[in-house]
Amino acid sequence: MNFFLEVLIGGLLSGVMYALVALGFVMIYKASGVFNFAQGAMVYLAALSVVGCMEKGAPLWMAIILAFIIMTLFGIATEKFVLRKLVNQPPIALFMATIGLAFFIEGLAPMIFGSEPRALELGIVDEPIPWILDNWNMVISKFDLVAAGVAAVLVATLALFFQYTRVGRALRAVADDHQAALSIGIPLQHIWAIVWGVAGFVALVAGMMWGARNGVQFALTFTALKALPVLILGGFTSVPGAIVGGLIIGASEKLAEIYIPPVMQDLFGGNFGGIEGWFPYVLALLFLLVRPEGLFGEKHIDRV
Amino acid sequence: MIKSFKPALSAVALSLAMLSQGAAAAEEQFFPLIDYRVGPYGSNGQAFYGGFIDYLNYVNLKEKGVNGVQMTYEECETEYNNAKGVECYERLKSKAAKSAGPLHTMSTGISYALIDKSAQDKLPLAMMGYGRTDAVDGSVFPYAFPLVTTYQMQASAIVKFLKDKNGGSLAGKKIVYLYHDSAYGKEAIVALNAEASLNKFEMVQIPVAHPGNEQGAQWLKIRQEKPDFVIFWGWGVMNQTALKAAQKVGFPRDKMIGSWWTGSEEDVVPAGDAAKGYMAATWNVAGKQVPVIADIEKVVYGAGKGNLQDPSKIGTILYNRGVSAAVLSVEAIRKGQEKYGKGKALNGEQTRWALENLNITDARLKALGATDLLPEIKTSCDNHEGSGKVKIQQWDGAKWVPVSGWIEGNKGLIHPLFQASAKQYAKEKGITPRDCSKEK
Repeated sequence: MNFFLEVLIGGLLSGVMYALVALGFVMIYKASGVFNFAQGAMVYLAALSVVGCMEKGAPLWMAIILAFIIMTLFGIATEKFVLRKLVNQPPIALFMATIGLAFFIEGLAPMIFGSEPRALELGIVDEPIPWILDNWNMVISKFDLVAAGVAAVLVATLALFFQYTRVGRALRAVADDHQAALSIGIPLQHIWAIVWGVAGFVALVAGMMWGARNGVQFALTFTALKALPVLILGGFTSVPGAIVGGLIIGASEKLAEIYIPPVMQDLFGGNFGGIEGWFPYVLALLFLLVRPEGLFGEKHIDRV
Repeated sequence: MIKSFKPALSAVALSLAMLSQGAAAAEEQFFPLIDYRVGPYGSNGQAFYGGFIDYLNYVNLKEKGVNGVQMTYEECETEYNNAKGVECYERLKSKAAKSAGPLHTMSTGISYALIDKSAQDKLPLAMMGYGRTDAVDGSVFPYAFPLVTTYQMQASAIVKFLKDKNGGSLAGKKIVYLYHDSAYGKEAIVALNAEASLNKFEMVQIPVAHPGNEQGAQWLKIRQEKPDFVIFWGWGVMNQTALKAAQKVGFPRDKMIGSWWTGSEEDVVPAGDAAKGYMAATWNVAGKQVPVIADIEKVVYGAGKGNLQDPSKIGTILYNRGVSAAVLSVEAIRKGQEKYGKGKALNGEQTRWALENLNITDARLKALGATDLLPEIKTSCDNHEGSGKVKIQQWDGAKWVPVSGWIEGNKGLIHPLFQASAKQYAKEKGITPRDCSKEK
């Protein structure tokens, strides 16, 4: 039972890390109806900007501010040079543009900051909390708890921003219908620039947490793979959905990795481990059959 | 009429003579480099191929080529992608038709994709520390060379090291094999199973799905298993993630021992303090204390012809591995010229012969300034590996420090596995193996 709880809690905390990446996707989708294929690359760019600035001599706090400025400028440039010409185009055109953007970032970022993997020290050691280890014989990492706290603050801030600010409401209007939003005077260009800037900030937070955990390197772009099943489960338009989806995916994949392979081995022989790469996708696909819009996604209803 | 053509004819004759003279003076040994410097593993490729090219330039600058033959190369970027690797091969093979050094792809996937093609085109494929390992049996794979050592011999050498560390016995011990769930990760299983039954230790296999940036469940399982050691076969981000995850569950890093693809600076630096004490196998040492490495820096970078954008990589594990690969390749060219004519470039078939007849002794390594950079190598038709030795090194937080001499895997146990696998391959492909007793 103790081991089960340890795996469950470890999985939930890993899920928070997935949710941090998923939040960036939600931001863009919520405000523009676009699935941003470049979100993983943005996480990489953001983390690389932080370590790149630190290597040039900036202290951590300044490197974070500089990286935020870089991500904001990147968001504005994306709106100006990529998205502006695509207003009112089918969503697939915007999606294709983000694929191009992802490859562009993946090529450009290492050219500017170098491609060698680097450490990012945030001052939080990824070690078990001794008190829990001694009393409960369970490994709960300090780092994972800090990440969970960061995610909670981020989600609360974004939820409030979308729900209660004028800009937040404008973002949602733009997501519903570009043309209708324009017709009532919502400045689409400004809104898109803001939303890409905010998605850049979310990418910065995710990049720092993942970078501190596994090193800053190209593989940060793969974090997007972990976010996709989270989005399917939580819904593409829901900020709390990203968190809940992350928790479900994190916990279920860890439990599956521990408990399913021995059963399969008993039944069929051989080695069935390493399933956490595909298990979340199977879970998400099964979930799609029951609830296509996700747990918290908006139901799509067309009048006929 | 004829008179008026005379000067023109003389000019043409003179040009042809000059051209032929020029061609003779510019005898070149071409190396097709199917490499990668961008993409997910770009930084690994930059160091390896930087070292390789620096050594070719070093030979050109220091001794004006091999017996006057200049070393030349052309790179083609694969981004570590199999399809692009094949595309690069097709692009470079016509250029390599006349003169070809060994192909180095530094990718198991690309090597597998090229193994049949390169044999058909008579271009030798070097797979140093990667690729298809049963190609050790040259009777079935005449054009493929898993030089120096293979995954299986490496696994066997690691077991030998652990055994020595435990007073000569591993009986009753538990060893977890944590591996990248791919062909690369699975290669060593057969050898470890054989070692487990021979040495009476328990082996627990734990795979990690690609890319391996999340290993929470695996390390909780390791904590539950309470192993004596973890043998670790990772790649890319999986390496740093494993070290951090080991720290998270409190598993001592000095009881973790990795393969040579988990033992470069790129693998440990991003993990910070979590990597301190961690050990890994290697078939080449790091550092600038190796005379040839220091001399490359002086001669090649001094002449402004260095290949690395970031010269701080000189002396790193992967840079020195690139130099080691080039040392063997150039020595093969030297060997081939002894047979086919000094001062002449070798074609693929001739280079293949040379690779199969390498004999690089410690004395030769010393003469090259490469003492202890890599082990002695002696290849033959039935042994395309030539060494089977590794060193174990330990990360002290700033650099890799060797903690063993050269350790040879259990050849008697492992090589028959290669031969059985090669025989099976020959049967599937309808290949009649060469009679190695007739090869010289």
